[in-house]
Amino acid sequence: MKLNGAQILWECLLHEGVDTIFGITGGTVLPLYHELVNYPIRSIVVRHEQAAAHAADGYARATGKVGVCLATSGPGATNLVTGIANAQMDSSSLVAITGQVASSVLGTDFFQEVDTTGITMPITKHNYLVTDINDLALAVKEAFHLARTGRPGAVLLDIAKDVQQTVIDFEYPAEINLPGYKPHMFGNARQIKQAAEMINQAEQPILVAGRGVIIAGAFAELLALVEKAQLPVVTTLLGKSDLPENHPLCLGMGGMHGEAFANLAMQNADLIIGVGSRFDDRLTSTAETFAPKARIIHIDIDPAEIGKRVRVDLPVVGDARNVLRELVSVVKPAEHTPWLNQIEAWRKDSHARDILHQECGELQPQFVVNQIWEATEGKAIMVSDVGQNQMWEAQYYHHLRPGGLITSGGLGTMGFGLPAAIGAAVGCPDEPVWVVAGDGGFQMTLQELATVVQERLPIKIAILNNGYLGMVRQWQELFYQSNYSGTPILGPDFAKLAEAYGIRGITISDSCEVRSAIEEAKTYDGPMLIDFRIEREQNVFPIVPVGQPIHNMIRRPIPQGAQG
Amino acid sequence: MSTVNPKTGYSRRTLVGLMEDKPGVLSHVSNLFRRRNYNIESLSVGHSETPGISRMTVVVNGDDAVVEQVIKQLYKLVNILKVSDIDDSSSVTRELALIKVYAPAAVRAEIKQLVDIFRANIIDVALESLTIEITGTEDKIDSLIAMLRPYGIKELARTGRVAMVRGSTTTGVTK
Repeated sequence: MKLNGAQILWECLLHEGVDTIFGITGGTVLPLYHELVNYPIRSIVVRHEQAAAHAADGYARATGKVGVCLATSGPGATNLVTGIANAQMDSSSLVAITGQVASSVLGTDFFQEVDTTGITMPITKHNYLVTDINDLALAVKEAFHLARTGRPGAVLLDIAKDVQQTVIDFEYPAEINLPGYKPHMFGNARQIKQAAEMINQAEQPILVAGRGVIIAGAFAELLALVEKAQLPVVTTLLGKSDLPENHPLCLGMGGMHGEAFANLAMQNADLIIGVGSRFDDRLTSTAETFAPKARIIHIDIDPAEIGKRVRVDLPVVGDARNVLRELVSVVKPAEHTPWLNQIEAWRKDSHARDILHQECGELQPQFVVNQIWEATEGKAIMVSDVGQNQMWEAQYYHHLRPGGLITSGGLGTMGFGLPAAIGAAVGCPDEPVWVVAGDGGFQMTLQELATVVQERLPIKIAILNNGYLGMVRQWQELFYQSNYSGTPILGPDFAKLAEAYGIRGITISDSCEVRSAIEEAKTYDGPMLIDFRIEREQNVFPIVPVGQPIHNMIRRPIPQGAQG
Repeated sequence: MSTVNPKTGYSRRTLVGLMEDKPGVLSHVSNLFRRRNYNIESLSVGHSETPGISRMTVVVNGDDAVVEQVIKQLYKLVNILKVSDIDDSSSVTRELALIKVYAPAAVRAEIKQLVDIFRANIIDVALESLTIEITGTEDKIDSLIAMLRPYGIKELARTGRVAMVRGSTTTGVTK
């Protein structure tokens, strides 16, 4: 079959099961867009390339498939960079395709030329510069293989314009050629047995579950293990929904803004079993002070994560699902009653500090998130932005849908929320998709409201609007003598802005209006934005100050009249 | 193993890596060292016994934990096939240096004597300079350089360390 490079690219994408791409056209991808109309691939045109990468990332996380974004050379490619780094940091399966200037002028600082593979080298799992049409199909096949297997990540394909236009006889390559790439899928049997023995001996075990569980689809295996051995589970931010968050063994998120009882449980554990978590600093604070009494088992597919941050007594390198399945069969049933009782006592103490139910009056962000949770019964796909809004979502939305939280964990990319929600809504059209964002992050990518309307996506947007870059303001209040330098920000009338785009928009500033507003959004047939004018200087508690062990938290204040 | 720095616990460790001979592989490697903040003393790359596979020798400053991370991170690079930690005591290491030294007629004989003692070679002669080639361990090269410095070193080029395990063991890629 005689095809040009552009046609070959789309043929290869069809072979890889791609049915949707997010992108913006431009000079060096003209041949690609020219041919795209002849293929059954939905092209979602966004307003800024960063959003294309975030949308593809959100699509990948919501569906478990590879997300694909496309941009032209030069500024198109550099605009993708934030989104690529974000996907790579959170092990999201992303293939980013960029056009490049023709190979004959490569390296001459041609119009819209930039060294895309050079720029993206440290933020991708791998990348390819394709300057020969004969290399194209294999590069595409390898890129998809790398993006979706092992520890997933971002892979970039930079394709010179002349390659897109050259015609050759096309045959889809039967095999990839990656002799240096062998992901460890199955854990070592001896180490799994040893892990089981350590679990059997433990009296105060805690399982720390990360995003690896979601990536591996190990929900059933995790549930079986923790129920059999009665292992309380603390999740990372990205591991939320590893276990249904109404499960008695689920302690919710731990770490810098984790629940106090979850942090106390980790600090008092005699065994920590990490599954698909890289024990990052937001979870452990300083590595030396983390879980001082515990031996640590680390189960991860990436050998480089073992021993990178915390000391590890027993590594098991493998896919979470495979390892947990083996572990369930060899671990002994256990009760751990005194330990679970201790944790329950800590949990009760935390609940006394909850600010959930409110009469009319000034709007509390925690209450808003809690009401969204109630209205959606914990089953929505929640896409949070970054900052206080993200932490309130994590603390007050108890996820039941596996993989139901899409958020920027590692990179902490403000502006991720709306475009990622676009990807999620495109990938899962039958599920409710909510964005929880702050007024700061939302203003970083709000141009994508146009994409929401253009693609008719019924996304519900809750802006927790306090007129500040709130998380930084909180740090200034707590650690920088309330010197609010650079944090007060002006925003537009978000409801009017939404209406200008053709999106229903309302503003809520009183607690008693929250419930009805959320109910309206839930049933409204189409996208809707609610601008929640929250109490401006609310803080996220608990908070572990930087450098402190995670049991040294600034706790939530106990509300007046409450017991505890 | 070389001397351990009592302050950091670090010493100079030699790693040998085999990688696919493809464009960009070397930049992936050097990029990794910079990005992960590893302290490398030298990196030398050339062909291996197998066509299409390059061999690199890296001297990295670190302790066991650092070396373990370097190896694991190198393995994450898609085009890296094999990485071995070469224990100094069971391996041979060599470096080559070219030294252009200021050598007017008056001191030429002295320099020639030094070159002989170090079993080095004079490979180029000019009116006021000699170019010396020396192969050996870094220590040996350092010593010759120290001896030559008073005469005035005009130019110096060192290759960085290459290493190989002693005996019939290899660090090759098993097919």
